[in-house]
Amino acid sequence: MAGWPILSLTTFLPLVGAAFILLIRGEPDVVARNARNVALWTSLITFVLSLFIWLNFDNTTAAFQMVERADWIPAFNINYHMGVDGISVLFVLLSTFLTPLCILASWESVKVRVKEYMIAFLVLETLMVGMFCALDFMLFYVFFEGVLIPMFLIIGVWGGARRVYAAFKFFLYTLLGSVLMLLAILAMYFVAGTTDLPTLMQTQFPRSMQIWLWLALFASFAVKVPMWPVHTWLPDAHVEAPTAGSVILAGVLLKMGGYGFLRFSIPILPEASAYFTPLIYTLSVVAIIYTSLVALAQEDMKKLIAYSSIAHMGFVTIGMFSLKQQGVEGSVFQMLSHGIVSGALFLCVGVVYDRLHTREIARYGGLVQNMPRYAVVFMLMMLASVGLPGTSGFVGEFLILVGAFQDNTWVALLATIGIILGAAYMLWLYRRVVFGKITRDDVKGMLDLTPREIAIFAPLVVVVLWMGIYPASFLNVISVSVEALIQNYQTALTDGVGTSVAVR
Amino acid sequence: MTPFPDLAPAAPEIFLAVSALVLLMLGVFRGDTSTRLISYLTVGVLLIAVVLVLTGAGTKQITFSNLFIMDSFGAFMKVLVLLGSALSVLISIHYIEREQMKRIEFPVLMLLATIGMLMMVSANDLISLYVGLELQSLALYVIAAFRRDFAKSSEAGLKYFVLGALSSGMLLYGASLIYGFTGTTNFSMLASQFATHGQATGHAGIGLVVGLTFVAAGLAFKISAVPFHMWTPDVYEGAPTPVTAFFAVAPKVAAVALFVRLLIEPFGSMVDEWRQIIYFTALASMVLGSFAAIGQTNIKRLMAYSSIGHIGFALVGLAAGTELGVRGVMFYMAIYIFMNIGTFGVILCMRQNGRMVEEITDLAGLSKTHPMLALAMLIFMFSMAGIPPAAGFFAKLFVFQAAIEAHLYSLAVMGVLASVVGAYYYLRIIKVMYFDEPVEALDRTISGEVSLVIAGTSLFTLLFFFFPAPLLNGAAAAAASLFAAG
Repeated sequence: MAGWPILSLTTFLPLVGAAFILLIRGEPDVVARNARNVALWTSLITFVLSLFIWLNFDNTTAAFQMVERADWIPAFNINYHMGVDGISVLFVLLSTFLTPLCILASWESVKVRVKEYMIAFLVLETLMVGMFCALDFMLFYVFFEGVLIPMFLIIGVWGGARRVYAAFKFFLYTLLGSVLMLLAILAMYFVAGTTDLPTLMQTQFPRSMQIWLWLALFASFAVKVPMWPVHTWLPDAHVEAPTAGSVILAGVLLKMGGYGFLRFSIPILPEASAYFTPLIYTLSVVAIIYTSLVALAQEDMKKLIAYSSIAHMGFVTIGMFSLKQQGVEGSVFQMLSHGIVSGALFLCVGVVYDRLHTREIARYGGLVQNMPRYAVVFMLMMLASVGLPGTSGFVGEFLILVGAFQDNTWVALLATIGIILGAAYMLWLYRRVVFGKITRDDVKGMLDLTPREIAIFAPLVVVVLWMGIYPASFLNVISVSVEALIQNYQTALTDGVGTSVAVR
Repeated sequence: MTPFPDLAPAAPEIFLAVSALVLLMLGVFRGDTSTRLISYLTVGVLLIAVVLVLTGAGTKQITFSNLFIMDSFGAFMKVLVLLGSALSVLISIHYIEREQMKRIEFPVLMLLATIGMLMMVSANDLISLYVGLELQSLALYVIAAFRRDFAKSSEAGLKYFVLGALSSGMLLYGASLIYGFTGTTNFSMLASQFATHGQATGHAGIGLVVGLTFVAAGLAFKISAVPFHMWTPDVYEGAPTPVTAFFAVAPKVAAVALFVRLLIEPFGSMVDEWRQIIYFTALASMVLGSFAAIGQTNIKRLMAYSSIGHIGFALVGLAAGTELGVRGVMFYMAIYIFMNIGTFGVILCMRQNGRMVEEITDLAGLSKTHPMLALAMLIFMFSMAGIPPAAGFFAKLFVFQAAIEAHLYSLAVMGVLASVVGAYYYLRIIKVMYFDEPVEALDRTISGEVSLVIAGTSLFTLLFFFFPAPLLNGAAAAAASLFAAG
């Protein structure tokens, strides 16, 4: 396997599938069926390919692996440069893991324009995987922005009642942040002479410039994460997107922001990152507490989970800016865990939505009696979201709090309050939907999970428990790269100006 | 006695002029039934001219007593102009037959306008600049009003004529001021005079600055940059659609080329003076193009504002005033003609029951009734909005790169913010095509030439990111030639 450009294969294989789907002709029924099958098989093969990335990955080095390099825009020294390290490799797997599940989840719920839907998802997969593999800032930007196109269409064409508003808000909000990042990339280019990531990491940017560059990157990544107060696009986008769209949005797209901080802001701009850590802490703590309170007040299941996502991503940003080994590892782990758990929760909402076509919490109740299997899956995911030991959510939050505690006790304390609130809104949601008496006839008539739905949830359940019971198989991959990241950060701070910072 | 001038550098222009006359004669003798033949021949002639330009490109050559210059910069821009014209003629063939505009003069006038544009690109003197500009403009005035029986078209032609004459007047006045203060109209001599004069006194002199301002105003009118843009929406709306497509690409490219050459070559040492003008024009065009387009319901008017915005973005590169900036401008114009011609190709397909429609809402549900057409339009719209990986992103990327290099940070920041506003109205078209339900489907028949042009341009726009190097290198070499001259 050594000589194969495996990252490019994984990245562009879905596009091949999309091209096949584009060529399908015939009766609408046949086209829909073929499109579904081609999309599912393509994404499954992509997932298997990405497993090879994991198998071939060397845990003992922090260097980029499976590197590929080709000329792209030689005039400006901008290259096609792909590679993974411990921070990115698992995100690649997360993307390829969730995509087949999303396609399976849309098997019956998407009835119109199936062909276009499947093409959009496969294109989206290409862009997501490419983004996590890109080692050239400009290449990263192309993938990062390109994601907006399929997502805009997925929300807008197959979304709910207010889909147009949500799609526009999503698109323009994220675009506004991204264009500022583009200018920052260009400014970096003129200092470093390239947009190659490893070179940029070696480049010392002047402190005053770092501040501006950091803010420009922040504008982009903070919207994506999303951090309070630029989070308002998220509840709208989530509520209006089709189920699978919400899964990808929560599962992968939100991670793009966190990944961006880890991959670009911290290693390239260490001094500015240190300078702005209090800002990140403040916004994150506000996000955790405020959005948790907002989540408590929600009537709509998807909106509640959307707000909980914002709170969970608040933990992620705290963890990564604590810049302690546990904190950063925890934040990467938490992103992966949240990707799986929140994806699964949206799928849980999707299950009942497919049956009753409403997301209003009050319309449900007593599902445990006629949908016991559903109740079990939902409970597990709910507890994982709360952070119960034994599930993936616990490991991530615990590590983040350990990291934050070493850096700033108050932040850790306030974040812990968020965990309590998180338990409150999730348990309450679960009680209102699953427990109690069945009062309505239509709820009584709902059937338990179908074999297809079990096939969707089974891998998610396995991964959540695996990550919770034996996190080492994931943390081992992450830790060496995180160690290198923190070490470089510390050296950069002491080497940098060496005046005020060195005292710490 | 002066020796006979070297004709080789002007071979494409001479070939086009002779061909135009031959085609005109052919048309006169064979009548309007031969319009289709003449159109095809026009396309062929334009393509042969592309070959002539490319074979003649290379070293810098000056001829006709320093009036005419041919260099790589000119070659690059001429190829763009010729391609833009050829594509416009191609998409007009079916249209003029359907809309009872089938006259042999139509393709010939476009050919004549193209000769004017090539002259503008190659002008090395204020006089030849004006001659080229007027040849172009006169032909354009006529084809804007080509549908004489159609009030809007006549209005467009008249408006364009009156305002165009005004702007030519301003340009001439500016040129005469420049001549008065320097004693020459030749670009190379102007350049050397400014260089020595500037070093001696440290400033350019107020009269020259006034002259320069007038010339810049005249040219800003031709490229419809704010604040000389008012004619654009009306003319775009009123002119027959293929003419609008033509207006949106070829004359813009030629006028931008002329603008760039004028500011970089003779006025290169006055960069601090003219940068303020370009800075303001670029910014105002971007902002106005973005905001004013939001309220439009007619797609041709929308495209008018869109083109104003695009010119603003291209001028960002010129405002930088560097080699990188010029490269960005050229690259921008190259991408711009392809996405614009493609978009107008789609607009030409907007027919219901055999009659043209122009409202954006007429596109409703296009993705269901004409999936491939909608897909092409989607690609063009995302490209115009500057979303990667479409070609339009790279166009914007390189002009902003130049702006950052020249430390024009505020212009770059405001520019990208304007592009976000602009993205809104491009998205609105996508919304209408993809999110809305079809009301009344567009006609199924799409002429072969138009679908060919749409397919070609959309594939170019979509797949450009795959092989950006050739076009970029071409632009780089061409920009270098402009600066090497000094």
